[in-house]
Amino acid sequence: MSTDLLDPPRSAIPAAARGSTVTRSGAVLVSLLRRARKVIGLVAVLALWEAGARAGWLGSTTPPLSDVAVRGWEMLSSGALLENLGVSLVRVLKGLAIGLPAGLVLGLLAGLFRVSEDIIDAPVQAVRMLPHLALVPLFIIWFGIGETSKVGLIAVGVVFPLYINVFHGIRGVDERLVESARTCGLGRIGLIRKVVLPGALPQILVGLRLSLGVAWLTLVVVEQSATASGIGFVINQATQFLQMDTVFLVLVVYALLGVSTDLLVRLIERRALAWRKGLVAR
Amino acid sequence: MTTTVRRGVRVRGLRRVFGERAVLDGVDLDIAPGEFVALLGASGSGKSTLLRALAGLDGEGSGEIGVPGKRAVVYQEHRLLPWSRVWDNVVLGLRGRGLRERAETALAEVGLTARADAWPLTLSGGEAQRVALARALVRTPDLLLLDEPFGALDALTRLNAQALVADLWAEHRPAVLLVTHDVEEALLLADRALLLADGRIEREYAVDLPRPRSLDDPRFIALRRDLLGGLGVRAVATAKEAS
Repeated sequence: MSTDLLDPPRSAIPAAARGSTVTRSGAVLVSLLRRARKVIGLVAVLALWEAGARAGWLGSTTPPLSDVAVRGWEMLSSGALLENLGVSLVRVLKGLAIGLPAGLVLGLLAGLFRVSEDIIDAPVQAVRMLPHLALVPLFIIWFGIGETSKVGLIAVGVVFPLYINVFHGIRGVDERLVESARTCGLGRIGLIRKVVLPGALPQILVGLRLSLGVAWLTLVVVEQSATASGIGFVINQATQFLQMDTVFLVLVVYALLGVSTDLLVRLIERRALAWRKGLVAR
Repeated sequence: MTTTVRRGVRVRGLRRVFGERAVLDGVDLDIAPGEFVALLGASGSGKSTLLRALAGLDGEGSGEIGVPGKRAVVYQEHRLLPWSRVWDNVVLGLRGRGLRERAETALAEVGLTARADAWPLTLSGGEAQRVALARALVRTPDLLLLDEPFGALDALTRLNAQALVADLWAEHRPAVLLVTHDVEEALLLADRALLLADGRIEREYAVDLPRPRSLDDPRFIALRRDLLGGLGVRAVATAKEAS
């Protein structure tokens, strides 16, 4: 995964023959340097933040990193952070639990059967064009200001990226593979299980990744108003009292949440799409 | 239209129209059980269309087709599922116990036991095509349909693959229809070579040379000249390039 697509393949020709002398300890150094490089960018940004805030370059309303860290520690030990994080996580998980299966099932139906494509695709495409965040007021009127409207909006937002990618993933499966699998005696169910779904899986996982991104985005929006818990509530309160360290803390938490879900999907990809590694390593 | 006969192939008056054009226009074809038939023809003459009709992949034609129930196809591209391991590909669609053993036996016949657990994307072109052959053979077909199976291989790999097919056919004796545009390949492998032109089998050449055949056998050379003439290639000196 870390191979640069544009890099020439790693050569088996000894390095010395290519005009440089890299010893074994040199090779270790190179791999250490690569690891370090991955961290360097992040560390540099954080250091600039700390120094810039201390020196006042970032304005009086930007707290230094260390203040944010201290605030984070305080909120962790008081339990306030985890409590609100828990509330937010439950909202997202509930929304995903409704939205992901819905997107998956609709995408499968539309992708696998012409009849259901005709019935499902047109309305879904029409609704998709509507930014789901525009539905916030409507959902509040329909479902009140409680959990239902929040969870519902996350669920709705999550459906479409997954739907589209499942649908196109299925349609993108090489028909020649389907044909040859059919001549091998696979029936409809066998074709779906052994050819269509595995073939669509890379695209389906792309859809999952996009859907998770939408889920976090929607969480931020629905927690902006009419809530007394959740990390969105924390940031709102902090904004009202100009507790900038808390505001930044919540932003960092949002970023970490996004990164960790992305890592999760990548982990799934690495296991489920192991066959593609064949392209890189023999 | 398609009926199942016990073994061998019997086609009568097969007609297949694409738009205005009749690609197949009254094809009669018989293949005896265990017979190896090569089908030659210019590009676009309908060779693959005929093969697809026999494979049951094209239900649009009219006429009478009798083929065995147990058929297997090897295409120009290997068409292995990249997300299934090699042995899984070999027994794709089969049921019952001991699938792994059956796959390994078939892979042994094409010399690829060691790659049973590999991903298809890690195979070379020749290896992948041998796996496709193993996938066809494991079904013990009564009719083996080969659609330019060596077309995408380099010259040396192709020679080896041809020899392998000759061996496997001698061992298992399915009826074979080999679609090719390579005259030498047809003459090396087949009992009969058919020439498809203008939508029908225009000529038939019996290749009664002893096996294994040699490219420099005078009778081989004479037959090649005949066939190339039938394909409309006049200059024998350029025969190699034209084939």
